[in-house]
Amino acid sequence: MELGQHAGFIVAAYVAALVVLVLLALWVIVDHRLQRQAIAKLEAQGITRRSARATEDAR
Amino acid sequence: MAFYELANPHRFMTLARWLVPVCAAAAVALLAIGLVLGFRAPADYQQGETVRIMYIHVPAAWLGLGIYTLMAIAALGTLVWRHPLADVAAKAAAPIGAGFTLICLLTGALWGRPMWGAYWVWDARLTSMLVLFLLYLGILALWRAIEEPGQAGRAVAILTLVGLINVPIVKFSVDWWNTLHQPASVFRIDGPTIHPAILTPLLVMALGFAALFLALHLAAMRNEILRRRVRTLRLLAAAEAC
Repeated sequence: MELGQHAGFIVAAYVAALVVLVLLALWVIVDHRLQRQAIAKLEAQGITRRSARATEDAR
Repeated sequence: MAFYELANPHRFMTLARWLVPVCAAAAVALLAIGLVLGFRAPADYQQGETVRIMYIHVPAAWLGLGIYTLMAIAALGTLVWRHPLADVAAKAAAPIGAGFTLICLLTGALWGRPMWGAYWVWDARLTSMLVLFLLYLGILALWRAIEEPGQAGRAVAILTLVGLINVPIVKFSVDWWNTLHQPASVFRIDGPTIHPAILTPLLVMALGFAALFLALHLAAMRNEILRRRVRTLRLLAAAEAC
């Protein structure tokens, strides 16, 4: 497709938008992994929420 | 499901688990259709091929404003109704809103250079949009400055509500002042002034951006709930160690 004499500006605009959106998606994905890892590490040390402990005690 | 039932973070997490991939898939499909329609649409009689920048610039601007309005509603939820997920929703929305506003500013500059002969002019619409971006950055900084989430949520809620005054300024800046930026051409009382060949891809792209926002926002809210869970567990560990 022919984008004319301003093709550079059009391509740059789409690349800029893509970079920002990819960074947002990466932030969400990496943050999710970090929080999950932190919870798993704490639970492995035997630290659980009171509600979880209450359920275990009831058993 | 009633809205208040979502106040339960566990129920929200269950809902988000299937809603995030659904919204992400819808976003990919809508953006793909929008891009195909947008690049097959005829060039504008004045803007030429650069009209294609509008397919990302305009939806990004709408979302920048819409997300801020959503954050203001969440701020009311924090201050008035003390909804447990309100400040979670506000905190998760801020970086995404900043991202869409940044896209709007960057793509606007890249459209302005060939059309106006300048990347930037201190025009009322552009300046108020820059103020919106700075408000987002201020809110993000305030979230990081206060450690206790509840206290931070209330402080941010007040700042968000004060900053809400900028939203109508952005929207009506083109009517209130003599600006280089063109007036509204889609949301008008007498209907859109854009030809359907250009309006259709624009609206499809806007729906795609909205679906993408929903996916990112729900995922970011889920992360924030997990972050608060980590904080609670660390406090418990510290209390047990004492």
